[in-house]
Amino acid sequence: MENKTDPDRKYLLEKPNRRTFIKKSTIGFGIGAICSYLSFAPENWYLSLKDPSGLRSLPKKEAFVLPDYRVKKPIDAAFVGIGHSIDVKKRLLKSLDAIGGLKHYIKPNDLVFIKPNVAFDRSPELGATTNPIILGELIKLLFEEAKVKEVRVGDNPIESPADCFLKSGIKMVVEQNGGRIVLPDSNSFRILSTPGADLIKEWSFFARPFKNVTKVIGLAPVKDHNLSQASMGLKNWYGLLGGPRNQFHQDIHTIISDLAIMIKPTLSIIDGSRILMRNGPTGGDPAYVETSNIIISGTDPVAMDTWAFLNLLKRKEQQLPLYLTKAQQKGAGKMDFNGRLKEVV
Amino acid sequence: MKKFLRLTNIRFISQTTFFILFILSIWASWVTKIGGYPVSRLLEIDVLVFFSTILSTGFIYKYLGWSLAILFLTLLFGRVFCNWICPFGTIHQFFGWLFNINNNERRQQSNRYHHSQSLKYSFLIVFLFLAIPGALQIGLLDPLATVYRAFTVFLTPAWDMAIGNTINVDWLLFSPGSHSRVFTGSFWIGSIFIGLVALNLWLPRFFCRYLCPTGALLGILSYFSLFRIVRDVNKCTDCNLCLNRCEGASQPHNILKLSECFTCFNCLDDCPEDALSYSPFFKSHSIVERKPDFSKRQFIFAGITGLISYPLLKNNGRLDDQSFSPLMIRPPGSIEESEFLKKCIKCDECIRICPTNVLQPATFEPGGFEALWTPVLNFKIGHCQLKCNLCSIVCPTGAIREITVAEKLGKGLFEQKGPIRLGTAFINKNCCLPWANQIPCVVCEEVCPTAPKAIQTFDEEEKDVFGNIVTLNKPFIIPDLCIGCGICQAECPVTDKPAVYVTAIGESRSDNRRLLLKYRNHET
Repeated sequence: MENKTDPDRKYLLEKPNRRTFIKKSTIGFGIGAICSYLSFAPENWYLSLKDPSGLRSLPKKEAFVLPDYRVKKPIDAAFVGIGHSIDVKKRLLKSLDAIGGLKHYIKPNDLVFIKPNVAFDRSPELGATTNPIILGELIKLLFEEAKVKEVRVGDNPIESPADCFLKSGIKMVVEQNGGRIVLPDSNSFRILSTPGADLIKEWSFFARPFKNVTKVIGLAPVKDHNLSQASMGLKNWYGLLGGPRNQFHQDIHTIISDLAIMIKPTLSIIDGSRILMRNGPTGGDPAYVETSNIIISGTDPVAMDTWAFLNLLKRKEQQLPLYLTKAQQKGAGKMDFNGRLKEVV
Repeated sequence: MKKFLRLTNIRFISQTTFFILFILSIWASWVTKIGGYPVSRLLEIDVLVFFSTILSTGFIYKYLGWSLAILFLTLLFGRVFCNWICPFGTIHQFFGWLFNINNNERRQQSNRYHHSQSLKYSFLIVFLFLAIPGALQIGLLDPLATVYRAFTVFLTPAWDMAIGNTINVDWLLFSPGSHSRVFTGSFWIGSIFIGLVALNLWLPRFFCRYLCPTGALLGILSYFSLFRIVRDVNKCTDCNLCLNRCEGASQPHNILKLSECFTCFNCLDDCPEDALSYSPFFKSHSIVERKPDFSKRQFIFAGITGLISYPLLKNNGRLDDQSFSPLMIRPPGSIEESEFLKKCIKCDECIRICPTNVLQPATFEPGGFEALWTPVLNFKIGHCQLKCNLCSIVCPTGAIREITVAEKLGKGLFEQKGPIRLGTAFINKNCCLPWANQIPCVVCEEVCPTAPKAIQTFDEEEKDVFGNIVTLNKPFIIPDLCIGCGICQAECPVTDKPAVYVTAIGESRSDNRRLLLKYRNHET
């Protein structure tokens, strides 16, 4: 009789049967064989899980390389265009026309990434961040003239990202003009490989906003900087990096020259509307800020920085920061702007 | 067929609405969503906060008077707050329901009144008697403070972790938009929250019935309530079905314990004989027990416990102007430490809203048990952003007084008073790269936000360890200019033991903790 009350004793009543014996032992041996293969097969065998040194299970750093976003300038255009005008839009158009016009660089349906400098939560009057008016005009131009598909704006500020974008006025102009802000969070960084760089060969990079991007524009203010003398177009790219950036100051000039070759932007724009002359890069007092009606656009960031250092920050040639020379050595551009520059008044 | 528009359904809608409002207030205090929303209103209608801050300070801060609305509701209808509004109550009701799928008999057993439910009155009396001499500890058990605290330090970081991994740019609306946030002591706050919710496994709504001091206060107030559940003894067949889903364990099948009734109205739904009704007191045909089941003896014992706990909390020396902790750095706008502890309810709303994550729930270290989970600044995690005053805006009790950015920076009207100082920065020359190792650095000088900078440098030529001559910018602090924002410490590359660090000395909220003699008489 079958024992219904005690299911544990059920197996005693089952008669051994050749078929079930073969079936069960095959399953048993099969599982055993698979497990032994997974654990004892050498590492390079297919599906092997063996990790003899303990190194195989460590996460692998996968570095990516940024594409080259540059567009060749028209032969008759200058490398650097400088626009003077009281009107912001005219100023911007003048400087862009000097280098061949915006339409030459940005094509319809492009996905454009703009990197302003939003490093601190300061109001725009203090000159510590990119002037939102210029950014607004640029986004408007991109949509209206170049007919781009999307404009993304991103930066990895030193202070709280959301707050910096809000207080610097950047958030408002970007949203008003139909752009999109991408804020950095812990998961938006990936390791970027920069061949030829001295110190940031592989470094954490703010990668999320670069997905599907076809053109990159840097839009930097001009600021005094105690350690590196000046923070202009090249130093602006600092804001795309993550990781322990506070170590960069141990060799800031090499780092900035590395930044010059880390990214090859379509266009660089230096905005001279508010120049932070002292107490940089944070500023904090309107008295430190000088204004001008100048905007610089171009495809040679080194020449642009050199010109801006001499003419906007009004410093002497002997004081030129070391990183410009280093960037020139790395092939990011030429410091000598004579004859390669067109000034439109 | 039951009516759709019956009391239980209206209650359900109310609970859902308030829970959604609660979640919205959590969502709206995400740093990327900040838009001036009144995220602290739910905390400001807490009657216990109202009463205990009156006891500890003698005044009613800002919007706390709104809790009178709840007070009047209670006087009219009984403990409606517990089952119609309180988000923590909603959480407990949900899990109590989830965990107790049982047969009728067992459910009735678990919903019977138990004398130990008077424990919550003891907690209330202990907290109130502690508040009278000036130690506000209601935050340890207040349901709103507890639920806000748990969401701040435990549940929202979990959500951020899960959703922050999205790669799709279009989904960023639901991602935090900030670096992942960390909170000291989150294990304990989270575990206590899980524990309180898990107690529903044992008895449904354990926290609300046995522990909640706000519920106890509302229970006492409902002594006067005009409406109550009335049992028609002639219709009642003593089937006990009303106990099936009784949230408060208030024995509607017998003599109703008015102070325990959450006015959930489940019993009205469950009564097959229509013997129960919600009626005004003059129509009552049956007797209800209006007084809480709390004897004079218990009252006296709880009161004495509260009073003798006062020195227990205060005597650790952390309040003293001589032996205070250098880590006791309070957010800008905070009032003097002893006054701060009279007002802070540990709701951690300021910690939630802080955009840089610098505000942290205090562990035992800076202020002992009394200051547990109150906000302190931890500059290893972040810094106090110059033009931010969010924590002062959301504070429901005025422990952090509402300040403007101008007041914080000492601009405009506050020129004479000077900026609010949280502490003072110092340089440890033994591990500062330019001072100790002849390596260029001065990140601290670069990020210093004051104008002119409180960290400045001078050039010095020195031989480094390899014998090369190097020119170094050596940083030094100007304490007159330092506001103690801590960005220098947060950004120092010597990350684990920063070479520049901020301590509480020199904070402007206290005259006795100033460092520089000349500023001592600035504020009167």
